[in-house]
Amino acid sequence: MSDITVGRRPDKPFKVSVTVKLVILITLCLMIMGPVATAILGSVRTTGEFLARPFDIPREGLQLQHYTEVLTDGDFWNSFRNSLIITVGVTVFNVSLASLLAFAFSRITFRGRGLLFNILSLGLLFPLAIAVLPIFIQVRQLGLINSMWGIILPLVAFGLPGSVVILRGFFTSIPNELEDASYIDGCTTWGFFWYILLPLARPALASVAVLQVITGWNEYFLPLIVLTDPKLWPLPLGIMQYQGQFGTDWARVMAYVVILMVPAIAFYLFTERYIVTGLTGGELKG
Amino acid sequence: MSSLTPSATLSDSVGKMAADRRRRNWNKAGMVLFMVLPGMILFFLFVLIPIAQSLIFSFYKWNGLGPPEIFWELKNFEQLFKHKAFHAALWHTLGFVALSLSIQLPLALGLALLVGRGELPGRRLFRMMLFVPYVFSEIITAIIWRYVLDPNSGLINVIIGSLVPGYQPIAWLGEPNVIILAIFFVLTWKYFGFYMILYMAAIQNIPGDLEDAARIDGASERQVLWNITLPMLGPTIRLTIFLAVLGSIQQFVIVWVMTQGGPVDYSETLGTYVYKYGIQRLQLGYGSSVAVTLFVITLIFSLGYQFFVLRRDYQDTR
Repeated sequence: MSDITVGRRPDKPFKVSVTVKLVILITLCLMIMGPVATAILGSVRTTGEFLARPFDIPREGLQLQHYTEVLTDGDFWNSFRNSLIITVGVTVFNVSLASLLAFAFSRITFRGRGLLFNILSLGLLFPLAIAVLPIFIQVRQLGLINSMWGIILPLVAFGLPGSVVILRGFFTSIPNELEDASYIDGCTTWGFFWYILLPLARPALASVAVLQVITGWNEYFLPLIVLTDPKLWPLPLGIMQYQGQFGTDWARVMAYVVILMVPAIAFYLFTERYIVTGLTGGELKG
Repeated sequence: MSSLTPSATLSDSVGKMAADRRRRNWNKAGMVLFMVLPGMILFFLFVLIPIAQSLIFSFYKWNGLGPPEIFWELKNFEQLFKHKAFHAALWHTLGFVALSLSIQLPLALGLALLVGRGELPGRRLFRMMLFVPYVFSEIITAIIWRYVLDPNSGLINVIIGSLVPGYQPIAWLGEPNVIILAIFFVLTWKYFGFYMILYMAAIQNIPGDLEDAARIDGASERQVLWNITLPMLGPTIRLTIFLAVLGSIQQFVIVWVMTQGGPVDYSETLGTYVYKYGIQRLQLGYGSSVAVTLFVITLIFSLGYQFFVLRRDYQDTR
């Protein structure tokens, strides 16, 4: 037995060399970045150049006017503001309501707790896009067509189960001794929640918030059915309208696309670790 | 706050404690209501009630004007199950499910196993590039890809054309069968990195000692992979399967922006079908029957999956 293990260097398991890994990864990244680069290159060239050669450097000089055209367009800034309202509204309401629910479900015992939590968990089975027609009917009945609340409230409601599951897991993991100690020191339950638990839960809250920001900022389906007034449209609908106006002028549309890509990438760079914990945190421990 | 003063008699203090407890119980009830009510009301108002309502509306012929009055029994469903476009939508959606389970996930897992551990320069940069499409909105993805897949001047056809002499440009978003594969390619582009990141995070959490111990005991690399690494990744794999299925069922934006479900019904999915035939035409009764069908499909899958597959994982963590 022993002579088998001697020559096997158990500390170097897979014999895949770094070079092979790099080749695979670089090929993959090229495939992923190709379309992104096409959009960027397309936005700084004329549409004519773009149609002749989709992937090429700008030979007739940088066409930055496509960017100034988008950035001086009143509709763009209007959509930007609407997106901001939706994103902030969804994030604030989701995080605050979810932390209250998660606290009650994890650290207060009351009658019907298990039942309520199970009902809420049912929501995990129904993504918003599946229930979009029933939501549309309900939003109409409540008179919220062409209202930002008609976007924010359903988004919050559909985001709650996921957020509560993530936060509840985190709240449960905080030792009871800490809670007891705070009561001995004269803290009320609310005081424990507000001054001790929430500050401790900052990473979990950040993960939940980050996912909600992405949801609110990117949502297209709900605004499409709830908002018929173009003045209320957020950026995802704004870019569709822009494309409708300048459909054949690809370079302009690509400039709009790139302008929307930049904040997404910047946001990702700043919140990377929260995104990954948020995505894995709910169901997986560690 | 309610500390006992030395002068207090025993009965005094007992009475005071009881009063304290009563007050605290009231406080507690008030606080529970304050914490639970707002969220639960919202959840009932926008999740449960709409779903329950659509169950009722699915039995009515209702064009959205006024209240639903014409009781239609099961005619909505009969019509739905006979509609050719619905069959197309159902098959295409199931196709997305099958393709993402058989191609997207294994590919992401294989690559994560390959590059997840060990020495690798620039790991963070690679991770970012692979993950970036997930951060982009579906709308950006769809618009970019509509141009990349354009038959005449799109990047894909130009590349193939320069490599293959005499290549006849393919209308990726125009031909039956091809169109679904093209859309699936776009979906893979967007979501592949997401799954890979989940797998990589899980792989990094596997303690290396375990695999080393097996190797020292003489296990081959294949045995280590099958008997240790993959089982350790079990919870993540089972979770991603769930996410991939639900994600495929609810796919709407990318398909809608790229093709609107067309031409004809070549790229119809359940999402575009609900939107076209339920919302755009305000056939709310008929649309409700589609929604109910969707719920039933999702519910059967989710509950079955929870019951037979995921239950193990929850027991593990408890």
